[in-house]
Amino acid sequence: MKCLQWFAIAALASVVGGAWAAEGAEPASGPIKVGCIFSVTGPASNLGAPEKKTAEMLVEKINAAGGVLGRKIQLIVKDSEGTPEKAISFAHQLIDEEGVLAIIGPSTSGESLAIKNICQENKTILLSCAAAEKITDPVAPYVFKVAPKDACAAQWIFQTMKELGIRRIGVLASNDGFGLAGKEQLEKYAPQDHIEIAGSEVYDKATTDLTGALNKIKGQNVQAVVNWSTVPAQALVAKNMKQLGFDVPLFQSHGFANIKYVQAGGAAANGTIFPAGRMLIADLLPEGHPQKRVLMEYKKEYEARYHEDTSTFGGHAYDALTILAEAIRKAGSAAPEKVRDAIENLQGVVGTAGVFNFSKTDHNGIGMAAFEMLTVKDGKFALYKRN
Amino acid sequence: MPTDQIVQYCFSGITVGSIYAIVAIGFNIIYNTTGVINFAQGEFVVLGAMTAITLAARMPLALAVGLAALITALIGALVELLFIRPAKQPTVLRLIIITIGVSILLRETALHVWDEKVHALPFFTGTEVSSVTLLGAHVSPQVLWVLGACALIVAGLSLFFKFTLPGRAMRACAANRTAAQLCGIKVRWMVTASFMLSAGVGALAGCVISPVTQTQYDMGAPLAIKGFTVAILGGLGNSVAAVAAGLLLGLLEAFSISLFPLAYQDVVAIVVLLAVLCFRPSGLFGRRDAHAFGEF
Repeated sequence: MKCLQWFAIAALASVVGGAWAAEGAEPASGPIKVGCIFSVTGPASNLGAPEKKTAEMLVEKINAAGGVLGRKIQLIVKDSEGTPEKAISFAHQLIDEEGVLAIIGPSTSGESLAIKNICQENKTILLSCAAAEKITDPVAPYVFKVAPKDACAAQWIFQTMKELGIRRIGVLASNDGFGLAGKEQLEKYAPQDHIEIAGSEVYDKATTDLTGALNKIKGQNVQAVVNWSTVPAQALVAKNMKQLGFDVPLFQSHGFANIKYVQAGGAAANGTIFPAGRMLIADLLPEGHPQKRVLMEYKKEYEARYHEDTSTFGGHAYDALTILAEAIRKAGSAAPEKVRDAIENLQGVVGTAGVFNFSKTDHNGIGMAAFEMLTVKDGKFALYKRN
Repeated sequence: MPTDQIVQYCFSGITVGSIYAIVAIGFNIIYNTTGVINFAQGEFVVLGAMTAITLAARMPLALAVGLAALITALIGALVELLFIRPAKQPTVLRLIIITIGVSILLRETALHVWDEKVHALPFFTGTEVSSVTLLGAHVSPQVLWVLGACALIVAGLSLFFKFTLPGRAMRACAANRTAAQLCGIKVRWMVTASFMLSAGVGALAGCVISPVTQTQYDMGAPLAIKGFTVAILGGLGNSVAAVAAGLLLGLLEAFSISLFPLAYQDVVAIVVLLAVLCFRPSGLFGRRDAHAFGEF
């Protein structure tokens, strides 16, 4: 019993002490603490793992160059395994115990929305790496995001369709957060682009056959099909369409931006049209492109260090850290409110996803310009050229 | 609905249905000799396909498929020797729970041996983009391979069980274990053989469907559920009935898409399973008086 009492007192003391330390955070010297919540393992590990690797690589580089305002950046990385519950408890831990200036991540939209209010209430800057529009709409003063919006991807697709004279389409989406949110955006923007969604189907993310659903859509006499998902079914749609002799253009979401799906689709993936960030086609960008230098530099360093291809996701972590460091420099201090103000005033910061221009009302900083329409040619990504 | 669209739905249904049927046949082989439902059947399908994919990079496709079926059959034998045979008080329920454990074990092993990504065998004939026209509908040549393999497996198994000594011995075990033992049949080894046979059949199924469905380490469980539904629907233990039931369920699912949203496709299968379990537990083609669940 006695033992338990001591334990309770010790636990209490550590909590109080921790809170105290947080209260007294903001020393003008010593390292600047930055928290990261990434889904390094679990179902979203293809997002979180490159984000963690990128953040660690970039912080090392910044510190080697003398840090920010003469102070080093100390990174504290937590693995949320893609679950909102863990993201919430890590957010509390990073804010209360570590007293971090800012949190980078989480990797997924669900997690980001789960900790949006926690960061806002505790006046800790959040730089989310997820896609959902709701993260920065409505705007919370301390919450920002660096990944492009799905609404822009949908608008890019429709714009391309208009150029091709496509008026009547079928939509397929996976039955998960990404797929359903994308379908919602397509349905929202279709009327204003005078495009009619003649048929739409939602499939299980583990599906192994889509010929039935595609046959139904084919019967609607559509001029194109849009598929919105991140799962392997992206390759299946392409294959099944060819097998059905369903010969209309296939559009996919930015979820297709992974060369593995092209490989899985084989010859059937050729001709797929989709919007994506410029990370995948860094080599193909013209010399004068504003993002060329940043993209090539990141690609070279990452691939030399980790021996794997870069992805747009690792790029989000790169952008978040770059923006944060730039804002601290501009603010001339690591006080949360000053850094927050500085982020809101940042203009023309070149990142991997695009050129960021923040404002009081736009906490995402990149819009339509974040995407480029790509296609698949002979099993490789290529810029889509309008005829 | 135009005719060619109806034919297309039929092909869709028949393809999916014959995949279910092959998995159901795997269930039946083991059920016949042991009275146990082997819930690791879906994993045998995945293991077969994954092994073939790895081997196909190093040797001709036909050889890779054959070797994969052999290797998976050996894994089936190992599963029986390591987990089923040593079980103390082997009640049916206990053995079924063991097979569920084995399925998780095999799935996680597959994740570590291969990875979480999708893989696929190359198409046996043609490529991803080839398509043949039949009765106004378009199908992949691989679909014909799936149908052919299903027919061959059913025919082969029927002959095996009717005319060969080991096949008849297995049937004897199913009919009456004690009597079989008294006739000098080594019942225990027949059980091992049934695991090998069903693993091998599962592996073959996995190989022929891999080009069209793609293979991922965790696709075994959903396949096993559908295969189980079909085995129950046809009447447990009856392979020809399983084929009929498989085609029926496949067609039902395919045409359900034409009426309802795709998302309800699995609802159709589960409703059928529940209805059969409630109203006709011996299956559509089983005799009503037969005790469908043996020792349950």
